[in-house]
Amino acid sequence: MSNILEITDLHATIGDTPILKGINLTIKEGEIHAIMGKNGSGKSTLAKIIAGHEAYKVTDGDIKFNGSSILELAPEERSRKGIFLGFQYPVEIPGVSNADFLRLSCNSRRKEKGEPEMEPLEFFEYINKKLEIVEMTPNFLNRNVNEGFSGGEKKRNEILQMAILDTKIAILDETDSGLDIDALKIVSNGVNKLATPLNAIVLITHYQRLLDYIKPQFVHVMENGRIIKTGSDQLAKELELNGYDWLKKDLKN
Amino acid sequence: MKDKENENLEYLESEDAEVLNLISQPYKYGFSTKVETEEFPKGINENIIKLISARKMEPEFMLNFRLRGYKIWSKMQAPEWACLNYNKIDYNNILYYSVPKAIKKLDSLDEVDPNILETFEKLGIPLTEQKRLANVAVDAIFDSVSIGTTFREELSKVGVIFCPISEAIKEYPDLVRQYLGTVVPSGDNYFAALNSAVFSEGSFCYIPEGVTCPLELSTYFRINNEESGQFERTLIIADKNSHVSYLEGCTAPKYDKNQLHAAIVELVALEKAEIKYSTVQNWYAGDNQGLGGVYNFVTKRGLCAGDSSKISWTQVETGSSITWKYPSCVLVGDSSIGEFYSVALTNNYQQADTGTKMLHVGKKTKSRIVSKGISAGSSKNTYRGKVQISSKASGSVNYSQCDSMLIGSRSQANTYPYIQVRNSTSKVEHEASTSKIEEEQLFYFLQRGIDFESAISLLISGFCKDVFSELPMEFALEADRLLSLKLEGSVG
Repeated sequence: MSNILEITDLHATIGDTPILKGINLTIKEGEIHAIMGKNGSGKSTLAKIIAGHEAYKVTDGDIKFNGSSILELAPEERSRKGIFLGFQYPVEIPGVSNADFLRLSCNSRRKEKGEPEMEPLEFFEYINKKLEIVEMTPNFLNRNVNEGFSGGEKKRNEILQMAILDTKIAILDETDSGLDIDALKIVSNGVNKLATPLNAIVLITHYQRLLDYIKPQFVHVMENGRIIKTGSDQLAKELELNGYDWLKKDLKN
Repeated sequence: MKDKENENLEYLESEDAEVLNLISQPYKYGFSTKVETEEFPKGINENIIKLISARKMEPEFMLNFRLRGYKIWSKMQAPEWACLNYNKIDYNNILYYSVPKAIKKLDSLDEVDPNILETFEKLGIPLTEQKRLANVAVDAIFDSVSIGTTFREELSKVGVIFCPISEAIKEYPDLVRQYLGTVVPSGDNYFAALNSAVFSEGSFCYIPEGVTCPLELSTYFRINNEESGQFERTLIIADKNSHVSYLEGCTAPKYDKNQLHAAIVELVALEKAEIKYSTVQNWYAGDNQGLGGVYNFVTKRGLCAGDSSKISWTQVETGSSITWKYPSCVLVGDSSIGEFYSVALTNNYQQADTGTKMLHVGKKTKSRIVSKGISAGSSKNTYRGKVQISSKASGSVNYSQCDSMLIGSRSQANTYPYIQVRNSTSKVEHEASTSKIEEEQLFYFLQRGIDFESAISLLISGFCKDVFSELPMEFALEADRLLSLKLEGSVG
């Protein structure tokens, strides 16, 4: 199994404030990882930096995707290679229809892969099949991107995008937040259907609950810009019981 | 901490710069055409007006109309209430009459200076028989004169008159006399008075009773001479039960000096008639330092004279360094309808003060206002609108929606709605919003593989959707393309 993502000694700042202080993480094909940790520990920042958000500056270390560094690539170039970020708070885009947005997005990835771009009608057929993955109805496509969507609908829309982008690695930032139990099941089912031996998934979450539905092989705990512990999904259960402070004590000892 | 702020600021600035780059596309219609012209001396006085009238071989009533306009204008002051800053205009340093010499016979395009035909072709308005647009009759106006009108014969078969106004004055003097100045009286405002005195060309349309005009009618205005002002006058009359859709387009060469454009458009809709008037305004806007560009002071007004008549204005304003323009509807007929749909885009140092007036006089009259302002760079974009419902206009309804979008951190948007309701059975609704293209919205697009230019253009088209959907099909695409041109970088 080859490495999809290889992060070595990654340091990053926003303005002058260091946020990441030496992250090391390797993710291989077919793996599911979970990253847990308190608010402000740097989980979401890590996700955004992998996606290429320009508000952050990488000051040291490297991120390799399929063996080559992506630090110099623009966010849209990273996306077209198959790096997907599922947003914690997907933004509303008034006046732009979901169908147009999804088609443009899908075509930009297809173009990168050397596949023909899809015409609106052809895309409509294609997307209709994908809707089942997240149990959505076609009227969803005529609405503006995320506008007036409920919390659950927004997250399902994220997973739908993951489905059409043929993602190599999907980083899902608190995809479980704000979901009731039914929506959580739909979203988790969707993610499980999309996990293959050739791609990888990174779940960023506060709660063990999500990991009951999507089983990770690795659980990492972040604290103050570093990964302080890595374990199996058993680690998540311990965290649920004992909180994070127990880990810190563990570290000190 | 200070450094951090600076860095954030720098980041924001660089983001701005990127957006600005996209919007600051070179003006593609900025070329000028070399033609020999016949000009009258600069400046305005009674003699110049008499000269214009004589050269155009106008009947006496027109000369009197012009002289009356001049008298009123010379007693007026330029208005200063608009949210606009510009250097005082020297009205004696403007050419009021400039006509290419080669034009002698207006009935044959063969006689037209090939340079001018080529100019219109370059602008995407081919006039010759073989190349002209399929479903649109075009009147092409170059500085002070009409170059030619296409499809005139076809239109006359159904009784539609579509010709330059200078011709209408001679050939249909009764119609012109009956309606000219009835919707916009000479004394209406400073620029209307000036136009009434010196107007040189424009289009005239008359749609007879019961006729639905089989073609889109269109006038294309081109200012070519650096020193000349353009003062056109358009008059459209839709007789009972008739329908017409009309489009106006305009461009000008790039000059460092400012050109004055002071036009009047008058529309009259009789009983159950419907006029749809669309404008895609793309005058030269000045350079990125604010040098040059057209001063656009325009009075447009429609009179819904008959019961159940309807007038609809749609405008896409992208050019001019100064825009002062309020296409309005006077709803006199009972159950008449007035509409105003507007997109105004300003960039660099452009200033736009634009909006509408809806004056409800008849019973059960309805009006609808949808205004979208987009300001980028250091530009200023103001919506100014008035809704007045008189005591007799019982059961009337107005709905207004004014949205502004800011791009970058130095642009400005203002909204000034004036609302007057004088009866208790009418209903007025006003909605307004201001938004900014958020960094997080852009990141969302990028993260989905959609590049910056497409993202901005999608966001802008989305913002303007309600207005574009009102434009005739071909022109909606044209307008979208025009905004994209201004907003999209290398594309187009």
